[in-house]
Amino acid sequence: MDTQVLFLILTFAISTLGILAFIVALIQKQVLVPPRAATAIFAEGELGQGESDQTSSISRQWKALDQSARGPILYFFLSSVAWLLLGSLLGLVVSIKLHSPEFLGGYDFLTFGKLRTLHLNIIAYGWLSFAGLGLALWLVPRIAKVPLQRPAILTVAGTLWNIGVCLGCLGILYGVSDGLEWLEFWWPIDILLAIAGALVAIPLFQTVWRSDEEHIYVTLWYTLAAFTWFPVLFVIANTHFLHTGVQQGIVNWWFAHNVLGLWVTPLGLGIIYYLLPKIIGKPIASYQLSLFGFWGLALFYSQVGAHHLIGSPSPTWLINVSIVMSVGMTVPVVTVAINHHVSAFRHLHVLRDSVVLRFIVFGAMMYTLSSLQGCLHSLRTFNYITHFTHWTVSHAHLGLYGFTTMVFFGGIYFAMPRLLGRDWRHPGLVNLHFWLASVGVLIYAVALGIGGILQGMELRNPDGSFEASLRVTLPYLMARSGGGTLMLLSHFLFAYNIFDLLRGKEVSS
Amino acid sequence: MKKAYLFVLGGSGTLLLSAFLFVLLPRLQADPIQKAGISAQLPYTEIQARGRKLYIEYGCIYCHSQQVRDPAAGADASFGWGRPSLPSDYIYDKPHLLGTSRTGPDLSNVGSRQPSREWHHLHLNSPRDLVDWSIMPGFPFLYREVKSPSKPAEGAIELGEGEGRWLFPSEEAEALVDYLLSLKRDGEPQPAPSETKP
Repeated sequence: MDTQVLFLILTFAISTLGILAFIVALIQKQVLVPPRAATAIFAEGELGQGESDQTSSISRQWKALDQSARGPILYFFLSSVAWLLLGSLLGLVVSIKLHSPEFLGGYDFLTFGKLRTLHLNIIAYGWLSFAGLGLALWLVPRIAKVPLQRPAILTVAGTLWNIGVCLGCLGILYGVSDGLEWLEFWWPIDILLAIAGALVAIPLFQTVWRSDEEHIYVTLWYTLAAFTWFPVLFVIANTHFLHTGVQQGIVNWWFAHNVLGLWVTPLGLGIIYYLLPKIIGKPIASYQLSLFGFWGLALFYSQVGAHHLIGSPSPTWLINVSIVMSVGMTVPVVTVAINHHVSAFRHLHVLRDSVVLRFIVFGAMMYTLSSLQGCLHSLRTFNYITHFTHWTVSHAHLGLYGFTTMVFFGGIYFAMPRLLGRDWRHPGLVNLHFWLASVGVLIYAVALGIGGILQGMELRNPDGSFEASLRVTLPYLMARSGGGTLMLLSHFLFAYNIFDLLRGKEVSS
Repeated sequence: MKKAYLFVLGGSGTLLLSAFLFVLLPRLQADPIQKAGISAQLPYTEIQARGRKLYIEYGCIYCHSQQVRDPAAGADASFGWGRPSLPSDYIYDKPHLLGTSRTGPDLSNVGSRQPSREWHHLHLNSPRDLVDWSIMPGFPFLYREVKSPSKPAEGAIELGEGEGRWLFPSEEAEALVDYLLSLKRDGEPQPAPSETKP
């Protein structure tokens, strides 16, 4: 009892100190930003113009910056697309296996448990990380207004990362893994990934350091923080072997939730904060609000992980902290939502002309939706229903696909023509990609969300049976495979569009 | 952009605060439980530990949890999954296998609930032979099937009834079943018997 009280007091004291520090930081002039800072991403004459999906409108200033790291960025993009195709193909296979267990059944390497793990790790460390890193490398020089420093390191880093993901996957197939969700890769491979990540950070931080810009644009806050968070997170999480049992579970979910919130999410939000105003040609609705969005994320998100352990024998005080912080997430989510959606709704007509903007606006909407969903199901009453069900999988895909993946698609569709100085040869196919992917993920998330709730209600029914909780999900699992098929098709279209762009000719300027 | 350090410092600050809360503080609470060594679960034998490795390798955790919730949270007790879990039930679990999904039933006490070795072998080989609504993958590659009119050897398990088909479990299958049978987190926590202390 005494230790419990001590923990509570400590928690309270630390949180209060954190919030105080936050307020002090806000009062500091360094952080309170002049409104004109919001226009820093526009070159002279670009304000009010907007930027179309075509490359012809690009100013010379951006062109020079884009060229500074063209090779490594393209390498990152192409790696990401290759991993996406493999990862989503595996995703569809495991989805089918859940309602038709004999599909590709009976083989060691094709067991559900192995392929599902491959799907998750390939998407997280192959597709999302490569695409996010590539886009960050493209954005940082544009915001710092300095060419990317030491781009040669990046090719080495990318290759190491690719080797790491390949080896990690082989390990999973042959049963060499650490056995923790989201941390399956065998620990020596994690060291390799950490080195590769640090190698990416060097050119990035050096570019920022060389910059003479007085103000740092919001996109870069997120990027800088993401590059700070991921290494700390990854290193601490990989000391999981120091813990046992329930305690290890806590460290596990602390990492697994933070890798989404403090690695993939900030990269995705940074891209929205850049591309949304850029394409509509107007600065973001309220630049001051973005401050709350950022620091709110930093403060609240890092502590939400334990809501994955509601109902487990974890310390109650810890789960309570996580629930409070999860609800606190409404603050950054709503401020970011106001910023993004107000900007978008004032310029809805731009959606007609820019397919990239469709990806970005859809992604921003799904960020709001999946985050509010997250706040909601971290509450005990709701979590008792959704915990252990397919709802969680639906939520994860709404966040990682509806939000991040869609934003990354938009980012790559915007950046690649500028890097290559060519236009997409078939804009109609880019548009088709958007519709297949967005309809696909909506079918996926809605079907599995409903299935998950029904499953959860059966798991709570004392007069029911486990059998009932399984049977009720089957039609929804099939619908999920349908949505997943559309998503996979859209990825092949994505790969074709990129292949088509690569073999095209440069636009003469 | 020399102020970039603000974001690096602020970012590390918030994350280290959360690491303090999630990694260090609960550890202080967990250590005495670990040290006391009083648990309903016995330490795993060598063969059970090997089976546990296979449980991890084949990704059983992605569908099966090993934690029983309080009656307020779910119908776990009425499904016969046992008493709510205690932190001490897991003092030998490394890596932890608490799980987050119940696409399959909870396995905290599967050793008590289903003590038949034969049932587990038949089920692992082909789950739908025993449970027609199951969506679990089969693991026939861990078994060898032999046709013979009479029992071919000790350890063979009959498939079907009088069809002359017999199943030979591999070493892996035996280890996996050994592990499943060892899962009995339904008793009172007790000190480990001295001969099984790891």
